[in-house]
Amino acid sequence: MAYATTIEGTRFTFPDLRSLLAKATPERSGDQLAGLCAEGPVERLAAQIALADLPLRTFLAEELIPSDEDEVSDLIARRHDAGAFAPVSSLTVGAFREWLLSPAADAQALAALSPGLTPEMVAAVSKICRLQDLVAVAAKRPVVTRFRSTIGLPGRLATRNQPNHPTDSSEGILISALDGLLMGSGDAVIGVNPATDSLPDYIRIVELLETLRLRLDVPTQHCCLGHVTVAIEAMARGAPVDLVFQSVAGSQKANAGFGVDLAVLREAAEAARALGRCPAGGQFMYFETGQGSALSADAHWGVDQQTMEARAYAVAREFDPLLVNTVVGFIGPEYLYNGKQIIRAGLEDHFCGKLLGLPMGVDVCYTNHADADGEDMDALLTLLCAAGVNFVITVPGADDVMLNYQSLSHHDAVFARETLGRRPAPEFEAWLRDVRITDAQGRLASATGALPPALAEASRLLPGRAA
Amino acid sequence: MSEEPARPGPPTLRDLRGLTQARIALGAHGAGLPTGAALAFGLDHARAREAVWTPLDVAAIREGLRAQGLDSVEVRSAVSDRAEYLRRPDRGRSLDAESAALLAGLDGHGQGFDVAIVIADGLSATAVALNAVPAAAALAARVRRAGWRLAPVVVASQGRVAIGDPIGARLGARCVVVLIGERPGLSASDSLGCYVTFGPEPGLPDSRRNCISNIRQDGLAVEAAAGQMEALLRAMLVQGTSGVALRREDPADPTALPGARN
Repeated sequence: MAYATTIEGTRFTFPDLRSLLAKATPERSGDQLAGLCAEGPVERLAAQIALADLPLRTFLAEELIPSDEDEVSDLIARRHDAGAFAPVSSLTVGAFREWLLSPAADAQALAALSPGLTPEMVAAVSKICRLQDLVAVAAKRPVVTRFRSTIGLPGRLATRNQPNHPTDSSEGILISALDGLLMGSGDAVIGVNPATDSLPDYIRIVELLETLRLRLDVPTQHCCLGHVTVAIEAMARGAPVDLVFQSVAGSQKANAGFGVDLAVLREAAEAARALGRCPAGGQFMYFETGQGSALSADAHWGVDQQTMEARAYAVAREFDPLLVNTVVGFIGPEYLYNGKQIIRAGLEDHFCGKLLGLPMGVDVCYTNHADADGEDMDALLTLLCAAGVNFVITVPGADDVMLNYQSLSHHDAVFARETLGRRPAPEFEAWLRDVRITDAQGRLASATGALPPALAEASRLLPGRAA
Repeated sequence: MSEEPARPGPPTLRDLRGLTQARIALGAHGAGLPTGAALAFGLDHARAREAVWTPLDVAAIREGLRAQGLDSVEVRSAVSDRAEYLRRPDRGRSLDAESAALLAGLDGHGQGFDVAIVIADGLSATAVALNAVPAAAALAARVRRAGWRLAPVVVASQGRVAIGDPIGARLGARCVVVLIGERPGLSASDSLGCYVTFGPEPGLPDSRRNCISNIRQDGLAVEAAAGQMEALLRAMLVQGTSGVALRREDPADPTALPGARN
């Protein structure tokens, strides 16, 4: 069905729901590349005005991608909880925005609503939100998960310590992980992106991280971000797998491009549960997403990239994850051209994930061919802390020497703690104090790179340094 | 820990810097980087940005090729400027109309060519300026020794990897070798990539290409890279295919894609 609005005598029509959503999306290069975006700011506002008048119920009646051809659509339809949706079922998208901003939408109401919301509903309302709205609403929706540390508590910010190395050298990974721990990074996870997808390397990396964790008694979890099928093989061989990782996207075809479907994710989740490493009631799945991945796999079905991203969260939600993060600036300027587009996308992704009930983190990052720099990342980190982001990713000196992009520095997490007052996960905070990485006030105790006695032990894991 | 034997001074991460090129043990002032480390990072980013945004000096490349005894022609992709190049990878993969017509007139007197070499700016003009002419010359010498018919070197501005497909097809070349600037990292802005394809034609998937990466002064040396290119060409000309389907005799040889990002 077609949608229309009239502005000062000019009638703007949008032939279907996909086109209405795409044209209402704030400007970004990926929608321009796909030929889906509004022709200019006035047509975009016309689409936003038409979208604001749309009843939320429309998204239950009209599918963007047919369920009988796409298992993600089928999942979204099957999991929708009509009872939870009831409090907002009579609202338009515009009135839903107002309700979200109102005091009525407190943490309890938002948590109860999550199972009643679909990705398309939260994507739609995000398109008519300013950055301030995206921050204000997300800040009211904490999502708490737990393994050895508790992540997402109000007033706290966790970090993924990402000690990547170009050739997966054990020494290189270990020394980088230690550098991060000395700066107080790693309460969400110590997670390595492997350079290869080989099973022996995967097992070597998780065993290395397990040794590090046990020697130092760090209250955190570790992860090798290899393909989920490699994780299944490693678990079958008894490898110490804390978290099972996979990149996911918003359509069955895009997930096929990643070499996964819902069935293999279920198989992996069951295998990890059977390992029994995670405390009862805790979470152990880890997903990464990012706007543009469906389009780059030619699997977007004519749907704008931000809505496709929100659909990926339906896949993540199915598996009750410990961690989910968008890798917002990694994909490149053909999808998010500059700092402005990256900052908005990061806040949209966090907002949509939180409303759907996900423990949302963000890889605050950019590549050298995007029109962005460290100052844009400063702005995004500060905004995300205001929005209550669960975790961010940090690497030594903001330079990931394996993936060749810039994420945040471990220093940026210190800024979030000491200037913005965002404390680490409580278990990790106590550990940092116990091993004297931080002082009684939670400030870095030493910036000299000297290993506290408890960590000097770890340097003995390195070759040629055995005591 | 406390029961361990005493050692000369407490260990520091600085002592272990040689174990990774990651920027470890930078030190901190509050949450801030030391001034030197902050400015060094800024300089590395400025270099990488410059590599992305500097136009390819086509005249200098062609002059360098001439000095090596290599004929060349100049073509452009369908992209109009650098900003469009970054936004529209699809246009960077196709030739503009004038360039397509120019190449159609160079089909080797009806006999075609065995090998065509394409030099494209990709995402780093710096990498191309430093490494492309030596790499092309080293490969051309090997092509001549092997007795293969070599097309004039094609210098393509605003080109992506797949621009080699229409170029190779227009020239009637059996194999195309694309030398292209890789996306600059913070530590290295001068890496040249090499993509070799048998039977180039528009629309080939990346799984049909074989890749050699990190060709630069502190990476894979030009002569070694040219040796790998020759080995790939030899295998392709014998087997009549490339990419994932190509059987490799030497397990140390470069592997097929998929890892390419350009």
